[in-house]
Amino acid sequence: MSLKKISKDQPDKFEFDQQSLEAAKKILSNYPKGKEKSAVMALLYIAQRQNNNWIPLSAIKYIAKFLNMPYIKVYEVATFYSMYNLSPVGNFHVQICTTTPCMIRGAYKIVDVCKKKISEKENVLSENGNCSWTEVECLGACINAPMMQINNDYYEDLDIKQSEKIIDEVLMGKKPKPGSYRGRINSEPENNRKTLLDLKNA
Amino acid sequence: MLRDEDRIFKNLYNDLGADLNSSKKRGDWTNTKDLCEKGRDWIIDEIKKSELRGRGGAGFPTGLKWSFAPKEVGSRPHYLVINADESEPGTCKDRDILRFEPHKLLEGCLIAAYAVNSHKCYIYLRGEYYNEGIELQKAIDEAYKDNLIGKNASGTGWDLDIYIHYGAGAYICGEETALLESIEGNKGQPRLKPPFPALVGLYGCPTIVNNVETVSVVPTILRKGSKWFASLGKPKNTGTKIFCISGNVNKPCNVEEEMGIPLKDLIETHAGGVVGGWENLQAVIPGGSSMPLLNKEISEKITMDFDSLVENKSGLGTAGIVVINKDQDIIKCFARIARFYKHESCGQCTPCREGSGWMWRILERMAKGEASREEVEMLFDVTKQIEGHTICAFGEGSAWPVQGLLRNFKKEIIKRNNFDPLIKSNKDIPYLVDQHLLEKDNAQNKS
Repeated sequence: MSLKKISKDQPDKFEFDQQSLEAAKKILSNYPKGKEKSAVMALLYIAQRQNNNWIPLSAIKYIAKFLNMPYIKVYEVATFYSMYNLSPVGNFHVQICTTTPCMIRGAYKIVDVCKKKISEKENVLSENGNCSWTEVECLGACINAPMMQINNDYYEDLDIKQSEKIIDEVLMGKKPKPGSYRGRINSEPENNRKTLLDLKNA
Repeated sequence: MLRDEDRIFKNLYNDLGADLNSSKKRGDWTNTKDLCEKGRDWIIDEIKKSELRGRGGAGFPTGLKWSFAPKEVGSRPHYLVINADESEPGTCKDRDILRFEPHKLLEGCLIAAYAVNSHKCYIYLRGEYYNEGIELQKAIDEAYKDNLIGKNASGTGWDLDIYIHYGAGAYICGEETALLESIEGNKGQPRLKPPFPALVGLYGCPTIVNNVETVSVVPTILRKGSKWFASLGKPKNTGTKIFCISGNVNKPCNVEEEMGIPLKDLIETHAGGVVGGWENLQAVIPGGSSMPLLNKEISEKITMDFDSLVENKSGLGTAGIVVINKDQDIIKCFARIARFYKHESCGQCTPCREGSGWMWRILERMAKGEASREEVEMLFDVTKQIEGHTICAFGEGSAWPVQGLLRNFKKEIIKRNNFDPLIKSNKDIPYLVDQHLLEKDNAQNKS
């Protein structure tokens, strides 16, 4: 359970735009009749996408009404799960995995890069306001450690120099190329493959 | 080493492409209809004979689990739920299945759904795997278009709809009942068992929850026969398994190998050896962070299967192997794991919610050498207070790694934290105050 800071600056109103509304209706059809509540997680994602990567309280109210749920139930879900941002994180949300497998391969060096380049503290917007960073728990790419996630993309096999380059690009508002930064293919052992070799050469 | 033709996941490194046509060339979806026509009992029986055990961590026999679903559909529909909420530190096998072998998973879903009488299948995917979700959705769309799933799926006369449900970054949702709560639109807090999900699960209906890897190997087992699968590995620990080898190794990788392969072989052959050589090995976490660590002596000769790891007071778990060499501070490594559990505890049961924080704080101080001698025993006591006193297995998962550390590295901890508790020399500490917060000030005052 993560501690969450809810933004003090809240917009008064929130409504799904046309695109979000269509997406929401499509999600609702995935669940049996009478179980529309199941869609709450997906709707929070849709709201987050529409509202520049964070969910205001008015959106939580809107979704509660939309699904005919008590407000507190939606609020509970929004605060329980760590991927819902309840305060602005900027266009580029940098998440660095620092759990043990990444830690022992140098994840905290990347944290230092972010401290230097983005902001001294976690969850604080950079000076130009388009980027923030946070430490997160295991992102499930341990063999590609150390790694970070920026919005939806994984950046793997990093070192200090490359992460500096990535963060510089992000601060300029550009999206860096995702994937491995040591040029390795997916999860194969680099230059040490002993299996499925016929297929590789085929 | 396992022969290449016995490997199930031929596209583990994406040499061949993950789309439907390439998958069909590898043999996916070839005779799904024939397999289903042999009947439910045959499918469940074959899986039982293959001795396939769940790949999600607990290692429960899959055939047996399927047989718990009611034989006839009553007033309540049945559900199949795939657990793709892979978040155990050290584990990243399901990610590659979702990205590169999605059709193995989908075909497995159809066969499993057919076997347990389910028309609806939800794949609970962890929210961070957004791009993997897009790949998976692509595969689902392809399968619908080719009439492999949907109405009269693959010509079996069985209707099956498959949906993806995204999680949102909660580790606990990998626990099956928490996962069901999460799909229902609640906080992911585990339910008391019994009743087990096979009878009362999603929306109160019979539900079978399986791991991605478990379901993905099913079509191949049925095609090649249970005898083939059972001939690999060791008795009761049969078949192949994807091992994820991360941490201080030269070539971290995912590799599919036979169950019961020696750990040393995995590390030396596939992962390019420990950084600094085998002599530089300090400890190995064999099955994701929840499993107690193995010291160097045991790592030397242990084989990777459920039973032999349990004999050595650890477990295969998800087969996420984290190698830690002597350049690392072992106490710090486990303090970080304890922080993971403190962060991810769902907060439902007091022993886990409070205890995970205690363990983290004590270990943090131990790493800095600020804990007293007596706290080593206290830490062990805390782990025992958590273990077995919680609704779900998260309690054990958070306590075991710390117990493993204490079992194997007690000497190191005591060496670093070898002084009397400060309370002995300083009597005016107010009662009922978080002692460790005061200790620093007191230590300074004293000198």
